[in-house]
Amino acid sequence: VGENGSPTEGVCMGGNAVHWFRKGLRLHDNPALRDALRGADTLRCVYILDPWFAGSSSVGVSRWRFLLQCLEDLDASLRKINSRLFVIRGQPTDVFPRLFKEWKVTRLSYEYDSEPFGKERDAAIRKLANEAGVEVMVRISHTLYDLDKIIELNGGQSPLTYKRFQSLISRMDAVEMPAETITADVMGRCTTPISDDHDDKFGVPSLEELGFEVDTLTTAVWPGGETEALTRLERHLERKAWVANFERPRMNANSLLASPTGLSPYLRFGCLSCRLFYFKLTDLYRKVKKNCVPPLSLYGQLLWREFFYTAATNNPRFDKMEGNPICVQMPWDRNPEALAKWAEGRTGFPWIDAIMTQLRQEGWIHHLARHAVACFLTRGDLWISWEEGMKVFEELLLDADWSVNAGSWMWLSCSSFFQQFFHCYCPVGFGRRTDPNGDYIRRYLPILRGFPSKYIYDPWNAPESVQKVAKCIIGVHYPKPMVNHAEASRINIERMKQIYQQLSCYRGLVQQVTSAPQSEAAAQSSWHGDLRYPGTSTRQQHGGFWIPFHHFSQSAAAAF
Amino acid sequence: MTALVYRMKRVLSGNADDSNSSSDGPMDSFKRLRQQSEDPADAESKWACLPQEILLHIFQYLPLLDRAFASQVSRGWNHAFHMPELWRCFEFELNQPASSYLKATHPDLIKQIIKRHSNHLQFVSFKVDSSTESAEAACDILSQLVNCSLKTLGLISTARPSFMELPKSHFISALTVVFVNSKSLSSLKIDDTPVDDPSLKVLVANNSDTLKLLKMSSCPHVSPAGILCVADQCHGLRELALNYHLLSDELLLALSSEKHVHLEHLRIDVVSENPGQQFHTIKKSSWDAMVRHSPKFNLVMYFFLYEDEFGPFFREEIPVTHLYFGRSVSKEVLGRVGMNCPRLVELVVCANGLRPLDEELIRIAERCQHLTAIGLGECEVSCSAFVEFVKMCGRRLSQLSIMEEVLIPDQKFGLDEIHWEVSKHLGRVWFPDMMPTW
Repeated sequence: VGENGSPTEGVCMGGNAVHWFRKGLRLHDNPALRDALRGADTLRCVYILDPWFAGSSSVGVSRWRFLLQCLEDLDASLRKINSRLFVIRGQPTDVFPRLFKEWKVTRLSYEYDSEPFGKERDAAIRKLANEAGVEVMVRISHTLYDLDKIIELNGGQSPLTYKRFQSLISRMDAVEMPAETITADVMGRCTTPISDDHDDKFGVPSLEELGFEVDTLTTAVWPGGETEALTRLERHLERKAWVANFERPRMNANSLLASPTGLSPYLRFGCLSCRLFYFKLTDLYRKVKKNCVPPLSLYGQLLWREFFYTAATNNPRFDKMEGNPICVQMPWDRNPEALAKWAEGRTGFPWIDAIMTQLRQEGWIHHLARHAVACFLTRGDLWISWEEGMKVFEELLLDADWSVNAGSWMWLSCSSFFQQFFHCYCPVGFGRRTDPNGDYIRRYLPILRGFPSKYIYDPWNAPESVQKVAKCIIGVHYPKPMVNHAEASRINIERMKQIYQQLSCYRGLVQQVTSAPQSEAAAQSSWHGDLRYPGTSTRQQHGGFWIPFHHFSQSAAAAF
Repeated sequence: MTALVYRMKRVLSGNADDSNSSSDGPMDSFKRLRQQSEDPADAESKWACLPQEILLHIFQYLPLLDRAFASQVSRGWNHAFHMPELWRCFEFELNQPASSYLKATHPDLIKQIIKRHSNHLQFVSFKVDSSTESAEAACDILSQLVNCSLKTLGLISTARPSFMELPKSHFISALTVVFVNSKSLSSLKIDDTPVDDPSLKVLVANNSDTLKLLKMSSCPHVSPAGILCVADQCHGLRELALNYHLLSDELLLALSSEKHVHLEHLRIDVVSENPGQQFHTIKKSSWDAMVRHSPKFNLVMYFFLYEDEFGPFFREEIPVTHLYFGRSVSKEVLGRVGMNCPRLVELVVCANGLRPLDEELIRIAERCQHLTAIGLGECEVSCSAFVEFVKMCGRRLSQLSIMEEVLIPDQKFGLDEIHWEVSKHLGRVWFPDMMPTW
């Protein structure tokens, strides 16, 4: 009974292999699956569907549909090599012991899951496997690197700034090549026992079977599956080659719309291997730029993802404020009514509402749109906790997995990662600068179609005559703005300053950013930085705009 | 508790060598204690008779909760817990579960403080969440601080300004209790509260000799006359924060009078209530008087205006040192800033527009010789102009916070080269501020 070993080991003669799909929903670059096949008699690929998930509101219908499409695609691909996907309902800890017995499993394989919850779940399954005498094979292929090695290189801590992360990456060994795609050849003499009633017992369920209303659904803008992912990858690279420009494209009105070359949801579910993407990008760059060494910025999309996975892997409280050593404790407001308006696109700010509408309908929004709505909810206007925003994104956003979603929300709300907070996105101005015509607004908020570009971002300022012509009276057909932005941003920048000035006052106390939430001692001494304490001159000689890096303790600074 | 015991052991085992001193300080108390008995079995009972000065010293390092636990150990420790020195500073945290995620100061503790320690309190702040109940609770406590002689008072809203939702008279009467009883208030922070002119008069009547710091941004019930009264009477005033509508030529002249100490810090918030609002102007001569009287003072200005409301500003020289533009500000206004703000130390621009700010930045580098910090949000600057800007400012730029999207690559520099160029001129490794783009 072995642990995960090198690919050359475990060339056992015979045996029944089970590959457990969680993410990594693909047959290309799937080293765990490829290694599981070696010398095995039979192979069954399983996906375990936790029945409770379907009813839970934290995963919306778009995400379910995408997943089911991925599973259908996997099943179709497996059929081509005389295999099938086995979808099994239940909890892994209940399902596996049963399967181990029924199928006389000798080997279990899966792709490594770096998230804390995933690691815990996998440890439990590994224990069950060991007890049942089942060999476990785990391979890393959801991230470019072995995240533990990055952390090791950083002295045992996850890097907390992207700059630091980039410098560590440049010192790592090269990214491993993608594993060969599973074909009939690779299957070799390995077979999959398929019963006549396979579809009934193990078929991919439909959305209706999971309890969703499908009549009102429009066609998926982002169809799930490995096949779609690989097609998109080719298109993506074609477009880059044609433009011969690898700089980050300038934001324009078109960027807001879903692109047929967009890849983020496919990376998240693992329909597309990040390593394949990495190598294809590198090859293309070398071809176009005649063998130049590609800069790190070429892989921006992949490295951000990697950064958040690394930050989260050893922090089970990564998605919370309380008890999260890297998260600043902010006095966010509890306001369910305001939160609902934001989540449902009823804020009265067309820019914000259009973005939230696109998100709900399609499951994807441009990253600058994410910045706009995240800022609005948290430090910009509503002063509501980033955890609430994260939950809404979890429900609606196709590419939001645990690490990346939580990390981004902390980043955008300036709760971690030493982000400067001085800049606040204006819910009117930002949209107007991005799409002066307002076509994006008209597309997702048809009620505002009649407004001229001049007023479409702030329709409450339009004269009544204009509103009448547009057949949309603000306050009646479309809500009035729920906050006064100038006032809200003024108050909030002051709040942010207060918080960060307090943090900078941990002088003389051995307080790490990594310790528990602000203690009373710190709180008591903290405000003296703000008001003059007689006899000392602790006042900072600046306007209070900056997060003072040098005021954090040594250990926090070491994380740079 | 183990942390406390550890600390105490460390304290006790120190300084065993110094046996010649005759003064009766805490260290000598240690020695006496140690010499009396070396038997470890006796050590436990000795904890209880540790001298109060030592306990005080130790307790000052402990967070409130640990201190409270310690106070339950023995009568001696309980006595130490209540020593006046430990109750000079207190921050009341008033949160309701329905409106906040954070914990609140325990009501029993609050009762205890009012009962036993209100006359010890000197440096007090109230942090309240967005609920009216929390603001009311703060006023409740304030009203009971009759035996208090506060030096510092801060009323801090941590979310929506809940003090503004209280009935004005309720708030004023609570605040007045402190003003009247303290008589030696040095620092007062009452931003976002319904404080008014009459209550400021009461403040002044009782505390004019001692008042050094007054922060009252966004107090809509105060008039220019009200704040002028403060400036006229409080000659020790060193720091003042208020809104632009309270600023007047008379105020600046009052703060520059012979009787007045040097002003150190003046913060002004310029906020637009409605689009198209008209703002009054301040005469250059008033600013000049300020600078003559207090050559080193910081003038911090926060602007929250619509682009077309900047008419009256930056037409003449103004001694602003720290400038924050919270909304979009036009290229033209930034040009005027370059021309008219020779004392500028810090500049933050949240947003500008889609035309590069190349010329404006170069001019600022030329004319604002004291500039040490700059932050740019949604703006555009060509890479070449940016490198030129940094070259001209050189190493005096200790804070350079530029969002990645600001920099527009051109013939000379792309994004990948620019950080080396800039780092070279700054004398340290520099990168633009990044946002996640997955």
